[in-house]
Amino acid sequence: MVYGMLLTPNHQRTDHMGQLTIKNLEVSFHSREGTIHAVDGIDLCINPGEVVGLVGESGSGKSVTCNSILQLLPSPPAQFGKGKIEWSGKDLLQQTDDRMKSIRGKEISMIFQDPMSCLNPYLPVLDQVAEPLLIHGMCSPAEAKSKAMQMLVKVGVDRVTENPDSYPHEFSGGMRQRAMIAMALITEPSLLLADEPTTALDVTVQAKVLNILRELCSNLAVSVLFVSHDLGLVAELADRVVVMYRGKVVEQNETSAIFQNPQHPYVKALIACRPTLENTQDRLPTVEDFINPQPENQGESPVETEFSNSLKSGKVLTEAKSLVVEFTTNKGAVRAVDEVNLRINQGKTHGLVGESGSGKTTLGRALLNLVRKQSGEVLFHGNPISSYDDKKMMSFRKSMQIIFQDPYASLNPRLTIEQTLIEPMVVHQIGSSKKERRARVVALLEEVGLGSEHLVRYPHEFSGGQRQRICVARALTTEPEFIVCDECVSAMDVSVQAQVLNLLKALQVSRGLTYLFISHDLGVVKFMSDEISVMQKGQLIESGPANDIYNSPQTKYTQKLIQSIPTANRSKLFSF
Amino acid sequence: MTRLIVSRILQAVPTLWVIATLTFFMTRYAPGGPFDAERAIPEEIKVKLERHFGLDQPLLDQYILYLQNLLRGDLGPSFKYPEWEVSELIATAFPVSLTLGVLSLLVALLIGIPAGMIAALRRNSWMDYLPMSLSMAGICLPTFVLGPLLIFALSTKLGVFPPLGWYGPSDWVLPSLTLGLFYAAYIARLTRAGMLETLQQDYVRTARAKGASSWRILSRHAARGGLLPVLTFMGPAFAGLISGSFVIESIFFIPGLGKFFVTAAFNRDYTMVLGTVLFYATLIIILNLLVDLLQAWLDPKSRKEK
Repeated sequence: MVYGMLLTPNHQRTDHMGQLTIKNLEVSFHSREGTIHAVDGIDLCINPGEVVGLVGESGSGKSVTCNSILQLLPSPPAQFGKGKIEWSGKDLLQQTDDRMKSIRGKEISMIFQDPMSCLNPYLPVLDQVAEPLLIHGMCSPAEAKSKAMQMLVKVGVDRVTENPDSYPHEFSGGMRQRAMIAMALITEPSLLLADEPTTALDVTVQAKVLNILRELCSNLAVSVLFVSHDLGLVAELADRVVVMYRGKVVEQNETSAIFQNPQHPYVKALIACRPTLENTQDRLPTVEDFINPQPENQGESPVETEFSNSLKSGKVLTEAKSLVVEFTTNKGAVRAVDEVNLRINQGKTHGLVGESGSGKTTLGRALLNLVRKQSGEVLFHGNPISSYDDKKMMSFRKSMQIIFQDPYASLNPRLTIEQTLIEPMVVHQIGSSKKERRARVVALLEEVGLGSEHLVRYPHEFSGGQRQRICVARALTTEPEFIVCDECVSAMDVSVQAQVLNLLKALQVSRGLTYLFISHDLGVVKFMSDEISVMQKGQLIESGPANDIYNSPQTKYTQKLIQSIPTANRSKLFSF
Repeated sequence: MTRLIVSRILQAVPTLWVIATLTFFMTRYAPGGPFDAERAIPEEIKVKLERHFGLDQPLLDQYILYLQNLLRGDLGPSFKYPEWEVSELIATAFPVSLTLGVLSLLVALLIGIPAGMIAALRRNSWMDYLPMSLSMAGICLPTFVLGPLLIFALSTKLGVFPPLGWYGPSDWVLPSLTLGLFYAAYIARLTRAGMLETLQQDYVRTARAKGASSWRILSRHAARGGLLPVLTFMGPAFAGLISGSFVIESIFFIPGLGKFFVTAAFNRDYTMVLGTVLFYATLIIILNLLVDLLQAWLDPKSRKEK
């Protein structure tokens, strides 16, 4: 009797029900330029009810893995080699198109990274949330709408009850991502694939969205594959962590074990190179240090010169006095910078934190006189810049530079690196001959860790980290005193971020630079800054030495910001 | 919405005034006059004629008088057909051109949009290459070639449709096809480009992740965004279609509006030139407004802003 029961197909299926097993998966992309092995023989298993974190840098193959499960990759160019993706005992790579459609959104759902672009801008949010129920014929249209309404209320998108016809653009990023979660979970799937679901969100919003995701998934007993580049974030949620590097799984283990005792050098590096609040080092370790350990750190070790020491006099370099910047929109004037007073000392780094829309970028640009101020004053070396004539403004421009967030967009794709770097020198008449300027450019490239062989190349031939180094070199061409770093490492992987941060620190010491370091990442700001200001809704709500801000934040908002930072310490995130 | 309509109508007034003024002075300064013919008419008659039409007055007075009449909706008499008012001529010819234009537009949309969609969905296959090569041919082939070809095939050889004239619905087919196929070719390309862009959007991937079928993705998620460029093109295209085509009218002997545009300019028929230009400009303004309203209706974001 018992023997017979074991053999029934029904029972065999229940053994694997809701279980995902990836065996030796290979995914490659074929193009004219050659073949890229994005996923190179990985094994992964998600048991029912389990939350598995998949961590890796951009290009490591984590998103490709995630998209392969639901067969969402365009094919061609994507090609699957050997290997299986078994879901409830069946290989998803062998299923018919119709069978896949019945699995997508019903048995396995997915949440994507960018809530701005992943919701259809032409359809009401409510309809989109209800859609999976209709596609899979699970209930009538009216029923689907009321279920969608309940689900949206459950994830905190209450506004749909007032106006069921709201479109995505009427919601903030966080609300849209909540709606995405509601949409993915409305069919009560067995597995949820979450591909960087909070990467595009502010840190406090991220914490709230993660809370909702976690709560709903455990209530509905959904197993989750949580894909992220952020190890700290994954640690908050996952029971088990899988780390991918260059298409391969380099380590997988229980979350706590990975943090306490990482085995693979890359994993060790990932844990070490992320600036944390507790961190007090001068230099961040990089992946290179772990994978190719060298006896001594060469090159970027900061050298204090007499010149740089002489600048650390505590003199104020740049100052804002009740600075106001307003933008007119069709809803009226918006105060992006509201009566801000700020002093930035020479040779120091002043960190500026706040959520998106808090006015950080506008303040940075106002200090450089790149946006028109309504009232107040910006002082440079104690002189009000509004009193400058054209000639003086030119020399003022020369002594301040800015490094932008996106090194892809901020370099002209049609200029070679040499042309890009020589242009500011021509504008400011630095160097007399082409030869002299070229020599300076080569010296600068070497200073940021590149070489003369890169001169004739175009931006697309470089990686993100290299491009940002080029942007740093460009900022240095005019020998500035003051550089605004506007989210200059936010688009980068942690290992690349560590390299760029180390470079900026080394340059500060050797050249006596003054930075305004704008970022939403408090760990990064803490690592970089001597003093920190916190912005909220255009106002500077707190300002002081970096350690004081972190150890005893005075305002509630700053406390909230600090608490929202995901760390390996799970209790923190969910305590507020 | 009403604010948009009102403001656009108010904007139209200065636009039309500028067009009227430019056209007025350009035609007047162009060499020749309405009563210059190959065989010169006697001087006394010409003087009499010019006095009759007020052409002996100072130019500025003529201009002011014209504007005053225009405000009352009076486009004046035609110089070439003195027994007709310009507005009467337009009013008799416009229904013909409107019928032809609407039919051509239907041909263009019914062929162009499906062809473009199929090409986008089956990208880089024969279902993409075939319609796209045909559309390139359609764009390159002038109507004065396509028209006679269609007459030869469907009328002379097969005898399905009459070759020319404008008496009943069977006469409508060949000219509508000739005119519509060119626009169909253009719309097919616009549709394909728009759909390809929309199909790559993240929200289309979201729809696939929900398990939506290809048809659902196309009709519910991709069509709106993909067809916006087509809509933008349709405003001026439709105005061009319903204001007549000289070539088509000449090939098929159709009493449409198109011939007035050309003959009026040749004849230096000042009032007729002004009348047709203003009529065409008004059509463009109205249709562009319609397109904007449609666009606002399709795109919730611009709906809010306006």
